[in-house]
Amino acid sequence: MWIDKMGVSYSLLTVVVLLFISIGVWGIGWYSLLGVAIPYMAMIFFVAGFLYRVLRWAGSPVPFHIPTVCGQQKSLPWIKSNPIDSPYTTKGVVTRLALEILFFRSLLKNEKVELREAYKLLYKPNTYLWLGAMAFHWSLLIILFRHLRFFLEPVPGVVISIQWLDSIFQGLIPALYITDILILISLAFLFFRRVISSQIRYLSLPSDYFVILLLAGIAISGVLMQLFFRADLVQVKTWVMGMIRFHPTLPQGVGLVFYIHLFFVSLLIAYFPISKLMHMPGIFLSPTRNLTNTSRNHRHINPWDAPVKVHTYEEWEEEFREAIKEVGLPLDKE
Amino acid sequence: MRPEGRTPVILKDLLVKNRDAILERWLHLILETYPADTSTLLKQSKDRFLNPVGYTIFKEIEALFDELLEAMNFERLSSSLNNILKIRSVQDFSPSQAIGFTLLLKKAVEEVFGRETQKEQTLEEWLRFYSRIDQMAIKAFDIYMDCREKICEIRVNQARAEREMAFKMMERMNVLKEKT
Amino acid sequence: MAGLSNEVKMPEEQISIDLTPPAKSWMEPAVQFRKGTYCYSAVPKHQKYLDLPYPREWNPAEKDWKLPEHWKEIILKGMKDLLGQYRSLKLFLDICVRCGACADKCHFFIGSGDPKNMPVIRAELLRSVYRRYFTLSGKILRRLAGARELTEEVLKEWFYYFFQCTECRRCSVFCPYGIDTCEITMMGRELLNLVGCNINWIVEPASNCYRTGNHLGVPPHAFKSTLEFALEEVKEITGIKVEAPINRKGAEVLFITPSADYFGNPHWFTFLGYLMLFHEIGLDYTWSAYASEGGNFGLFHSSELAKRLNAKIYAEAKRLGVKWILGGECGHMWRVIHQYMDTYNGPADFLEEPVSPITGTHFDNAKSTKMVHICEFTADLIQNNKLKLDPSRNDKWKVTYHDSCNPSRGIGLFEEPRYILHHVGNHFYDMPENTIKERTFCCGSGAGLGADENMEMRLRGGFPRANAVKYVHEKFGVNLLTCICAIDKATLPPLLEYWVPGVEVAGIHELVGNALVMKGEKERTTNLRGEPLTKFQVTS
Repeated sequence: MWIDKMGVSYSLLTVVVLLFISIGVWGIGWYSLLGVAIPYMAMIFFVAGFLYRVLRWAGSPVPFHIPTVCGQQKSLPWIKSNPIDSPYTTKGVVTRLALEILFFRSLLKNEKVELREAYKLLYKPNTYLWLGAMAFHWSLLIILFRHLRFFLEPVPGVVISIQWLDSIFQGLIPALYITDILILISLAFLFFRRVISSQIRYLSLPSDYFVILLLAGIAISGVLMQLFFRADLVQVKTWVMGMIRFHPTLPQGVGLVFYIHLFFVSLLIAYFPISKLMHMPGIFLSPTRNLTNTSRNHRHINPWDAPVKVHTYEEWEEEFREAIKEVGLPLDKE
Repeated sequence: MRPEGRTPVILKDLLVKNRDAILERWLHLILETYPADTSTLLKQSKDRFLNPVGYTIFKEIEALFDELLEAMNFERLSSSLNNILKIRSVQDFSPSQAIGFTLLLKKAVEEVFGRETQKEQTLEEWLRFYSRIDQMAIKAFDIYMDCREKICEIRVNQARAEREMAFKMMERMNVLKEKT
Repeated sequence: MAGLSNEVKMPEEQISIDLTPPAKSWMEPAVQFRKGTYCYSAVPKHQKYLDLPYPREWNPAEKDWKLPEHWKEIILKGMKDLLGQYRSLKLFLDICVRCGACADKCHFFIGSGDPKNMPVIRAELLRSVYRRYFTLSGKILRRLAGARELTEEVLKEWFYYFFQCTECRRCSVFCPYGIDTCEITMMGRELLNLVGCNINWIVEPASNCYRTGNHLGVPPHAFKSTLEFALEEVKEITGIKVEAPINRKGAEVLFITPSADYFGNPHWFTFLGYLMLFHEIGLDYTWSAYASEGGNFGLFHSSELAKRLNAKIYAEAKRLGVKWILGGECGHMWRVIHQYMDTYNGPADFLEEPVSPITGTHFDNAKSTKMVHICEFTADLIQNNKLKLDPSRNDKWKVTYHDSCNPSRGIGLFEEPRYILHHVGNHFYDMPENTIKERTFCCGSGAGLGADENMEMRLRGGFPRANAVKYVHEKFGVNLLTCICAIDKATLPPLLEYWVPGVEVAGIHELVGNALVMKGEKERTTNLRGEPLTKFQVTS
C-alpha cells in the first residue's frame, strides 16, 4: 500500500533534493566539482559498471537452446517458413533483433483489437505504449546524436543535417527542436501512464518513476538552455574537448542551468549500470530472441552438463523380467 | 408534488431513455467487485478475445437489462446469467458475492437518477421493477449452484476416469496372465 | 413507533463494500490456499524413489510446512547456483523495465483477475528476493528498490504462483526483451524442490516414468496387452490385422509417444490412427516398452529430472539399433525433444539423419537430434500422394485447431498440422488470429497442473482458450477441437464441458485414421470412436 502510493512522491522528492544539491554546490562555487570531478566519476562508474554487468551476464552460460518461436519453422521445403520470427540463419536473428530494437516490434504484436461496440472506454493501451516508447527512444537517440557536435571536430555533415531536419519547425516554435518537444511529451505520457493506470501503478517501483523524472530533469534543463539561458557553445565545446583529452578546464560562459543539466546527466549515467536501464545492452543477450530456431539440426552444448542418475535398460529388464518373459517380449539377458 | 402541467414519465420509458448510462454504471459497479488492479484491465479492452471476462459481462448485462424491461423471458434471462455466472463461479468469490452483481443494478439505477426523479413514477412501478431484479437474483442463485455442481461433476469425472484407467490397466495385465 | 432501521445496509451496498479489496502492494506476501486453486503436495514415497530432497508429509493449506531447518540458506545458495548456470535467469531478473506489455497476456490473469498472475509480477516475486540478496541497491535501499526479505510467507507465495503458471511462454512473445516467464517459473520450481516443496501431480508421474518407463506406471506386460487391444479394435473397424512390434531390434524407426495415448480418452483414437497409418505405409518400426513415454514431467520439476527421464529415449534407440526416431503428438514432450534432448543426452551420433523411407524426403531440420514430429512426417506423406484419403468420413466434424503451446512457441509447428487437417476433412475453421499460432492461449492445465483438486484454477486459466472455441462454435458450428498435445487431450474435454458444451476434442491422427483408405479394408461403418459414419446419408 505504502510503496504503491509513496513511490511517486519518494522519487519526486529525491529528484528535487538532487536539484537543490546541484544548486547548492553551484552557489558555494565548487564549479570544478560539478564540471570536472563529478562528470569524470560518473563516466568511470558508467564504463566500469556497464562492463561489469555485461560481463557478469556473459559469465553465465546459455545452457539450453530456448528461442521463443513466433513464426512457422523451416521444415519441409514446400511449407513457407518465416525467416524472421522463426530465424534459421544469423541474418534472420539480426533482422529479428534489429526490428525489435529499432521498432519495438513485440509491443505491437497484440494490435488486432476489434472495434466492436462504440462504447466509451475503448482505447488501445498497447498502441499508446508503443507510440510513447518509440517517441521517447528515438528522440533521445537524435538528441544524443545532435550532441555529437560538442565532441567532434570538425562536426560531421550527418550531424549537421540531422540537426537541420530536427529544427524544421523552428519558424513556428523558436529555437526548439522537434525532438525536444517529443521527448517531453513522451516522458510525460510514460510518467502519467504509470501514475494513472492502477494496473501499471501496481507493478511500478519507485525507481521506475525516478528514472523518468531524472530524464525529465535533463530534458527540461536542456530545453531551458535552448530557450532562455543560452550557453556559449564554443566555450562548452572547448570544455568537452579538454575533458576528452584529460586536460580538464572549467567551462566558461555557462550558468546554473548548464550545471544542473550536467549534474543530472552525470547522475543518470552513473545510475545506468545499477538500474533497469541496462535493458539497452541486455536485449542483445536475450536467449529467447538472439538464437536461431535450429534446435534440432545443430547440437547446443551445455557447459555445466553433468552425468545424472538414470534408470538403465538393464535395471529395468531385471525388475520386470518375469512380466517381460510372460508376455514373450525379447530379453537382452535370458 | 409533481410539477404542474407535465405528464409523468412512466418508469419503463425513463429506463429505456437512460439505458446506456445505467448499463455503464452497472458494468462499472460489477467491475469494481474485482481487485482494484484488475478492474482497469477489464474496463480497458472491449476485445472479445483479449478481454473475455469484461466482454462477456458487458454483453450479457445488456441482454439482461433489456429482458428485465421487456418480456422477462426466463430462458433468455437464464442464458445470459449463465454466461456471467460461469465465470464468477470459478473466480475467487463467495456465493453471495458471485450472484450479488444482479442487485447492483438497483444501485446503478439509483446512482443514475438520484432520489428526486424517482418520485415522478408510481411506487407500484418501482416495486414491480425491483421485484423483477429480485427474480433475476433468485434465478442467479439456481444457476450459480448449477455451475458449482458442474465443477464438482467434472472433478469427480476426472477422478473416475483416472480410476477406470487404472482398472483397465489391471484388467489387461490379468487378461494376459489368464492367456498364458 | 420505530420504523425500519437504516443501520442495516441494502444487500447491493454490502456487496460493493465487501468486494473491492484495498489495493495492496504486491510486496506484501499474502496467499490464501483456497480449495480448488492449488495442487496437493508430493507424496514422500515418490519423492524418495527419485531421491528428491526433504520428502515429508505436508499440506500447503496448513500453516506449518515442515520446512528443513536451514531452508533459507538452502534457497539462497540454490539461487546463487542457478544464477551462475543460467544467463536467462540473471538477465531476465535484471532487465525488466516493468512496461506492463505482458500484464494482460497471461491466461491465468485474464481468467482469474488476480493481479499477481500478471507475468511481470510473477517474476517480481522472485526478482524482489534476488534484489535483496544479490544486488547492491537492493541490499541498501531494501523496499525502495523493490527488494524483499525471503520469509516463509514469500516462499508460500512462490509455491502458489509458480504452480499457477503453465510455462506456456505466451508472455515472452509480447515482451520487448523476450523475457520468458517460463524460465522464471522453472527456476522458482527448482528452488522449491530444494526444500522439498513439490506437487504430487508432477512427482508421481515422474517417479512412475523413472521406474516403469512411462508416467502412468504401465508395466511391460500391460503395455503389450494394451497394444493388442488396440490392434483388435483396428481389426474390428477396418477388418485388417495390423502388427505392432515391441522392443524389436533392427527396426528402422523407433516410435515414441506419450503414454496417455494408449490409456487416455480421447488419446486412444489417435493411438489407433498411428497404428493404422504405420501399417498402411508399411513402416519398418518398433515400439518400446522401456522408453514407453514421450512426455517428460521432469521438465516441470527441474532440468536434472527432465534429463534423467529423457535419457531413456536415446538409450533405447541405441540399444535397438534403429536409424532414427519418430515422435507422436505431444506438447511439452516436443519442447524437450526440440530444445533440450540433444543438449541433455546427445550427441545422437549412433543414429542416422532421418529420411522418410516412403517418400525419400530428408528431414534436414532434424539432422542433429534425429527425431521427427509425426505431423512433419504425415504432411510429407500427404504432399507426396502416398496416402489415399477419404475426407468425407470426417464429415461429422466441423473442425478447428488448437495450437498447443509448446509445439507453437517452441518449434513453430503451425502449417504442418493444418495441412493435414485440410486433407483429412472437409470443414476446417481457424479461431481468430490473436488466439492461435504464436499467440495461442494455453489449455490452462499444462506444466503439471492438470490435477483434479485444482479444477477451479484450471477452468479459470482455460477460459480465454474456451472463449475462442465458443466463438467458432457459435459462428461456424464447430464441434471438434483438434490438438497435438496429450495434456490438451486430457484437459480440454472438461474445459469445454464447462464452457462450451457440444465441442469434443481429438488428436489429428484420429482424423487421419478415419480418412485413411487402407488396402483391403472392409467397408467402414463407424469412425474410430465407434460412431456410425454419416456420409452415405443423402438428402434430396
